[in-house]
Amino acid sequence: MIVGDRKPLAEIAEMLQPYNKICVLGCGACVTVCLSGGEKEAAETAATLSIWRKKEGKEVEVSSETMLRQCEYEYIDELAEKIKGYDVILSLACGVGVQAMTERLSDKVILPGLNTQFFGYPLEQGVWTENCLGCGDCVLDMTMGICPIARCSKSMLNGPCGGSQDGKCEVSEDVDCAWQLIYERLGKLGVIDRMDPVQPPKDWSTSHHGGPRTVVREDARVETTSEQA
Amino acid sequence: MKQPASKLEKVLKSGHFAVTGELGPPKSADVETVKHHADEMRNHVEAYNITDNQTAIVRTSSIGVAATLMQMGLEPVVQMTVRDRNRIALQGDLLGAASFGVRNFLCLQGDHGKFGNEPGSKNVNDLDSMQWINAVKRMRDDNVFIGGEELEHPLPNIFIGAVANPFADPFEYRPYRLAKKIAAGVQFVQTQCIFDLDRFEKWMEKVRELGLHEKVYIMGGVTPIKSLGAARYMKNNVSGMIVPDALIDRLKGAQDKKKEGLNIAIETIQRLQEIEGVAGVHVMAIAWEEMVPEIVERAGLYPRPAVD
Repeated sequence: MIVGDRKPLAEIAEMLQPYNKICVLGCGACVTVCLSGGEKEAAETAATLSIWRKKEGKEVEVSSETMLRQCEYEYIDELAEKIKGYDVILSLACGVGVQAMTERLSDKVILPGLNTQFFGYPLEQGVWTENCLGCGDCVLDMTMGICPIARCSKSMLNGPCGGSQDGKCEVSEDVDCAWQLIYERLGKLGVIDRMDPVQPPKDWSTSHHGGPRTVVREDARVETTSEQA
Repeated sequence: MKQPASKLEKVLKSGHFAVTGELGPPKSADVETVKHHADEMRNHVEAYNITDNQTAIVRTSSIGVAATLMQMGLEPVVQMTVRDRNRIALQGDLLGAASFGVRNFLCLQGDHGKFGNEPGSKNVNDLDSMQWINAVKRMRDDNVFIGGEELEHPLPNIFIGAVANPFADPFEYRPYRLAKKIAAGVQFVQTQCIFDLDRFEKWMEKVRELGLHEKVYIMGGVTPIKSLGAARYMKNNVSGMIVPDALIDRLKGAQDKKKEGLNIAIETIQRLQEIEGVAGVHVMAIAWEEMVPEIVERAGLYPRPAVD
């Protein structure tokens, strides 16, 4: 999932300074699951904002809504009527949602209430970890399920580097050395010889380094086009 | 007031119409050809731009060729793009080049890696060109690195350059982008190749209206066109470049395309000298370096002023 983290309230209050009718809009997808931008967080943010502005002597009309997915036009269209009267939408979706909303509701101001962090998953209650960079050319087959691109601080393909110690990365004691994990995993599965080949330089053109990406699926396309038209 | 950092700055400061040339390093460590071209125009340019892995193609580094030029007693303008190096490498390389006497640096973004011969490479872009300009200024003037730590010794005076493209979009914004570069610390700019003089003059009008020509030395970029194919290629395949149809037609109608290409470049330089606020010309005779002396002479810019 996409993991987000709500922006500090002071920052949100600052960006909303010019507006007086505010809708805090939660998203029912990833950010609900990672407890940063769902219905509950939207309501809390709206209530806190209201108190904040009251204290500043600039009372504001603020309410909260939540929709299923801010990253799909279909759901955005359903919402359009509901949010018509607001000066601004504070979106608690990830950056994808904020931009999909902006694209679809171009006469509305949509501002971000979250810092979008990464693709990851919860390790335990309240802890999320990054494990995919969306590089466009998955190597998890080579490493048997542990990503060196996202989880090695240097994205090495021929690790571990000299900074690996006691299973930890030189960057932080809180970060596991991905290549220690890969080494152990390959050993356990009896394919330790996968460590041997010198892996050639990665083709980064499939990632963001090749420029902003678009996926086109011709088989799926016809339907979408007719629906949009 | 600081002494001028370089011969190029001296010439510009003295009010002479300055001339710079351009050298493209080779795809090998053999720099004999570059040395030969440098020698050919040694009496016709103040300094030489050395491109930095131009169009994202691996070549001898600009700093490496700069060392060779310094040994020949010639003055380099070291181009540094932010495409291939992060802020650690950029700052370190700038210090390295300054340590053996380079005083002119030209800070630019660089073409995207996908256009070159390593399309699978990462595009670093840790800084953008604006930030890099400002970082160089702060290293020089405030004695600090980007991260805030101080340099152990002050830098020698450095002349900070950048590029400006009057032919890219949005056109109305372009003069303001130049203003922003000036605010960031740039002292001279070289423009994209000028083929559309009308558009260039329109850009200069706004530049003058904003008073920018009094804050930065503007050197017009001129490239002699060698063939009709080259003109068409630049028109159709190089983004941020405008080659007017009239120019294509003129080349088409000419018996001797090369001669006509030279004539066009020379006329362009002559016109540039008439435009208020244009401080010099940057001649980019790529793969046609041997023509630079003739171009400079016929444009009425020879002999070059003695400033030392």
